[in-house]
Amino acid sequence: MFKILKYSFFDLTRSSWSYVYFFFYLLLGSVLLFLNNDLSTAIITLMNVIIMIVPLIGTIFGVMYYYNSREFTQLLLAQPVRRSSIFLGQYFGVAISLSLSLILGLGIPFAAYGLFKSSAIWDFSMLLVTGLFLTLIFSALAFNIALSHENKIKGFGYAILLWLFLAVIYDGIFLLSLVYFQDYPLDKFSLAASMFNPIDLSRILILLKLDISALLSYTGAVFKQFFGTPVGTLASLGMLFLWVILPLFRLKRVVGKKDF
Amino acid sequence: MKKIIPVLLMLFYFTTRAQVVEVCPTCEVSSIQKAIDLADNGDTIKIAKGTYREQEIKIIDKSLHLLGEGYPVIDAQFKGTALTVRAENFSLEGLKIINIGTSHTSDHAAILVSGSKNFRIENNRLENIFFGILVEKSSHGVISRNQISSKAVSQAKSGNGIHMWNCSDLTVSNNIVKSVRDGIYLEFSKNCTITNNLCEGNLRYGLHFMFADNNKYLDNTFDNNGAGVAVMYSKFIEMQRNLFRKNWGPASYGLLLKEINDAELKNNIFEDNTIAISADNTNRINYINNEFRGNGYAVRIRGACYKNVFTANSFIANSFDVSYTGNINENEFSRNYWSEYTGYDLDKDGIGDVPYRPVKLFSYLVNRTPEAIILLRSMFIGLLDFSEKVSPVFTPAELTDDYPQMKKIKW
Repeated sequence: MFKILKYSFFDLTRSSWSYVYFFFYLLLGSVLLFLNNDLSTAIITLMNVIIMIVPLIGTIFGVMYYYNSREFTQLLLAQPVRRSSIFLGQYFGVAISLSLSLILGLGIPFAAYGLFKSSAIWDFSMLLVTGLFLTLIFSALAFNIALSHENKIKGFGYAILLWLFLAVIYDGIFLLSLVYFQDYPLDKFSLAASMFNPIDLSRILILLKLDISALLSYTGAVFKQFFGTPVGTLASLGMLFLWVILPLFRLKRVVGKKDF
Repeated sequence: MKKIIPVLLMLFYFTTRAQVVEVCPTCEVSSIQKAIDLADNGDTIKIAKGTYREQEIKIIDKSLHLLGEGYPVIDAQFKGTALTVRAENFSLEGLKIINIGTSHTSDHAAILVSGSKNFRIENNRLENIFFGILVEKSSHGVISRNQISSKAVSQAKSGNGIHMWNCSDLTVSNNIVKSVRDGIYLEFSKNCTITNNLCEGNLRYGLHFMFADNNKYLDNTFDNNGAGVAVMYSKFIEMQRNLFRKNWGPASYGLLLKEINDAELKNNIFEDNTIAISADNTNRINYINNEFRGNGYAVRIRGACYKNVFTANSFIANSFDVSYTGNINENEFSRNYWSEYTGYDLDKDGIGDVPYRPVKLFSYLVNRTPEAIILLRSMFIGLLDFSEKVSPVFTPAELTDDYPQMKKIKW
């Protein structure tokens, strides 16, 4: 598995897309930090980018990589290598190279800005942790979709739809149900509903670290009470972790049976 | 004129007869209460530097002038009120009063003024107090340049910095009040002027009006309080040139208005407050030339508000400019500057050609379902706000600024 991971990883680091992605974050981070005198607003803008762009890139990259390396995969399948280690190796190759682009791309400007001396380091680390998780989650989901659809167009379509669902449509349904059931106590429901969507969960985890969380008033207080406790932090990180693990399990199960 | 001169001369004669009593820890008169007992009407008591462990010092019906030199310390040792005055024409200056004990049954104060007239309380320092200056049933006084601070932790166990109950014609100016419950509090008081004070880090409100009509507060700064100013159940309040900043927290306000009639807000600056103005049941209020910058909500109008007029205000970079409940009720937004305005001005008259809608769909939704705030800054909300802006369906259609200014209003 590690050999295949290494091959995939080096294959991707030679690809210009990784560099484009890396330079995109580098540029974004530097522009936001050095042309903006308020660190808090810079982090909010970065948050918007992270909860939108990271899942999108993760999804598209994952699907694209799977379809592009199909020939290489078939070659490997002919060798005496475990199937799961082929696919998991490829998956981690993609996920790690994407994560590296993200962390270096944002980390370098922040380090240059002197962030490690400031107290905003925790907000920033939450930003990176959620970004990392979102990359892992969405590339895993993308691999699953690509694996289930031989047809490239269909695979891409479903992948984009999945992203659209979690990033936009889910919130729409969430909001509708909040408005529809407004006569009932809803804080528990909204807590649960936001736990089930990794993008919402990431957004709230970052928001609660910022000043702007005061705007959430008592609903925010419920959330803060939950996420502020060790149980809540563990639960939310566990939820994100589950979002990584479950697709990987499915991946492993499907490749074990699939007729290539 | 000829009739006045003898009177003036008499006055001069009597005033020059006033004596000076000196108090110091090693003097013959070493206690302030003793000095007060010795002194006659119109005398000055000079208190030298040192510590005086005294409490329940009383000045009754004597026009005295207490003058501290080098801030002598009156340590009340957490036993009751330090200094009680019931007199006319007195003054208290340059004292440092510390350690007033907390009580659940009586309002212990550093300085208690009761039923008095024509007084001056100036340049005192009050530290570690329960109530600072407690004034009741008094009029025509000046309270200025005092520094009041305490270490309030809970509302039930702390008092107010300057507390005025049933007073009239008082001037409160240039005071600094920190870390008490309410910085300055007025109840049933009228014709008071509150100027140039700094209220910082107070547990509840920086300045608090209850049933206090015809007062004005001008040029004050309210920084980092539970709520900057709370004006409740009062009429004819004039609020000008104040700065409300950093009143930030889940239940914090810059200015909290509740059942207020006929007031005017002019040239105030609201900066970084969670909710800059929350107006509940307010009628005939004019908001002119105020600046709202970087607040969570700039203006939150709750129910039963009639004829509130917002003219020539600047709304800059607030998360929500206006949150609104209820009908239009002759409330009006006109000729304001909105930093989020995206319209154009083809005829170059400085007024945007397209009306601005200050209520976002999201703030409307949050008003109806407070839990929806959890979707703050999600992409769906961004899309929703954008589409609502293009063609309004839900937000009150009449609530528009028909003459939005293209440039920030200068005053």
